[in-house]
Amino acid sequence: MEVTDKLVDNLAALSRLSFNEAEKLEIKSDLEKMIAFVEKLQEVDTTGTEPLLHMTSVTDAFREDAVKGSMPKNEALKNAPLADSDYFKVPKVIQK
Amino acid sequence: MVQGKDKYEVVIGLEVHAQLLTKSKLFSGDSATFGGEANTHISPITLAYPGTLPKLNKEAVELAIRLGLACGCEIERINYFARKNYFYPDLPKGYQISQHTTPICKGGFVTIRTGDGKRDVVLNRIHLEEDAGKSIHDVDDKNTCVDYNRAGVPLVEIVTEPDLHSSEEAYAYITELRKLVRYLHVCDGNMEEGSLRCDANISIRLKGETKLGTKVEVKNLNSIRNVKKAIDYEVDRMVELVEKGESILQETRSFDATNDTTFSLRSKEEANDYRYFPDPDLPPFIVSETQLQKIKDAMPALPEQLVNKYMEQLNLPEYDARVICDDGGTIHYFEKLIKHGSHAKPAANWLLGPVKSFLNDHNVSIEDFSLKPEKLADIIELVESGKVNFSIAAHRIFPALVKDGTKTALETATEMNLLQESDTDSIATWVDEVLAKMPDKVAEYKKGKKGLIGLFMGEVKKVSKGKADPKVTTQLLTEKLSQ
Repeated sequence: MEVTDKLVDNLAALSRLSFNEAEKLEIKSDLEKMIAFVEKLQEVDTTGTEPLLHMTSVTDAFREDAVKGSMPKNEALKNAPLADSDYFKVPKVIQK
Repeated sequence: MVQGKDKYEVVIGLEVHAQLLTKSKLFSGDSATFGGEANTHISPITLAYPGTLPKLNKEAVELAIRLGLACGCEIERINYFARKNYFYPDLPKGYQISQHTTPICKGGFVTIRTGDGKRDVVLNRIHLEEDAGKSIHDVDDKNTCVDYNRAGVPLVEIVTEPDLHSSEEAYAYITELRKLVRYLHVCDGNMEEGSLRCDANISIRLKGETKLGTKVEVKNLNSIRNVKKAIDYEVDRMVELVEKGESILQETRSFDATNDTTFSLRSKEEANDYRYFPDPDLPPFIVSETQLQKIKDAMPALPEQLVNKYMEQLNLPEYDARVICDDGGTIHYFEKLIKHGSHAKPAANWLLGPVKSFLNDHNVSIEDFSLKPEKLADIIELVESGKVNFSIAAHRIFPALVKDGTKTALETATEMNLLQESDTDSIATWVDEVLAKMPDKVAEYKKGKKGLIGLFMGEVKKVSKGKADPKVTTQLLTEKLSQ
C-alpha cells in the first residue's frame, strides 16, 4: 500500500497533529514499512472464517445499576493542565 | 409561502437521543442524575484514566429493550460495543462507546396522528451509547469550560428512516415518542434539560423523484416547537436556493431560537472518519429468551392498546379514551377509579372535567394531585347513587375534599348539608312553596304551557339549595300540577 502525502495529512488531521515537511517524509517512510510488515497477513486465506472480535470468551459482564460514588472534585481537577475550582479548561471550541 | 414550494417533497429523518432513567452511568458507578454541582459525578472511569475498565449497566440494557419492544423492533441477541473515535474536549477518552455495528433494536415504528390521519413512522434502529460531557462557552473569555458529569450517562439513540414528510409529522412524531418514553419510564422526556434531544436530517427533492436530495443536519433543537420551526425555516431556505439554481451544501447547521433561523456550524465536505472498531474492554452481551420474556411480562399495556380496550370493553367514546391515555399518570388514576368501583363514563367525565380544570388552574400534575383516586371514587358514587347532584359535587364537595382529604365524601356532604333530599315530604313542602309563589305560571301550565315545568324545577332547586332530588321533584310537580 502506497502512503501518499494526502493520507499522512488526513491521519495528522484526525490525530490533531501537525508535521513539518521533514517530519512528513520520515513518517511516510515509517508508515510504509509498518504497513508492509502487516500486509503479510493478507496472504492468509480467511474465506469462511468469522472475524474474531473479542479476545476472551467472556460474555454478559454486567453490573447492577447502583451509584458507587465519585472522586473528590479537587482531586479530579488537580491533574488537569488548566482548571479552576469547578471546571476543566480547554482552548475555546466555538468563537462567539 | 416560498415560491415554487409545491413542486418539492420534503424528506426528514430524525435522530433522538434519550437519556435513560438509570441511577448510575452506562459503564461506571457515578451518579447519572442531572444538575449536580459541576464535575462531581466523575470517577477515574469517566475521566478515562489509564488502566480503568468500564462495566456495563444491566438496567440500561433492559430499558433500551423495553423501548424496542414497545416500538415493535426486532431485538438483537448478540450485542457488542464499538469505539467511535474523534477528538473533542467533551469526550475524555477520545472515543465514544456506541453500539454502532449491532444496534440492540432494529426496525420498528412509532404511530403518529396528524391532519392526514394515522400513520406508522418507520424506525431504522435504537442503539445504546454514552453521552459526552458539557462544554460551556460563555463563562470564561479565553477558554471553554468542561463539566464531565454528563460524560458516560446512558443514552438510547432512536433513528427514523427518512420517512417524515412535513414539519407537522416531525412534531407529531416527537410528541408521540416523548409520551412513550415517559410512559415506559425509559426517559423523563425533558427537552429543556437536554434529557431528550433531537437532530433533524432534512432534504428536499422534486415530487416523483426517488433519489434523496443533499441533506442538511440541524442540531440544537431543544423543544418540540423548535424542531418544527427549524424544519420550516430550513425547507424554505432549500427551496429558495434550488429555485435560484444554486446547490444545497451538505453541512451541519444549528437552530437559533432567538430569530427562528438556522446557521452553518460546519461543512461536511470531508466525510467524518470515525474508525469504528469493537471495544476490547467490553465483552459482548447476549439477550436471552428468558430475559426478553421477563422484560415483556413486566411491561404495562401500551397507551394505544389501552385506548382500544377502553373503547371496546368500557364503551368509552374515542375522545375520552384518547385524552385519558395521553399520559401515564392519568391512565394510572383512571385505572384506580375503576378499581374502586367507579363506572367508566362518569370516571372519564370527572377526569376530563373537574379534575383536569383543577390541575390546569393550579398547575399541578396528576401525580402530585392531593385528592386520592379512592376519594374521588367516593364522590362519583355519591352522584351516581343520587345523593348529590353533579354540579354540587363538582363545585362544593370536590374542592372541600381536595383541601382536606381526611374525611369521606359522605361525611363532607353531610357536614356541609349538601345531601340531596329524596324524602317525599320535604320535597313536597318545597314544591308547594314554589307553586304558591307563582299562581300565574301555574294557571298557564294548566292551560297547556307544559314547558313551564323547567321553570318550576329551577325554582325548587333554588329553594332547596340544590338538594331536592330531581327525579322525585319532577314526579311531585307533575302530580300536583295535574290536580
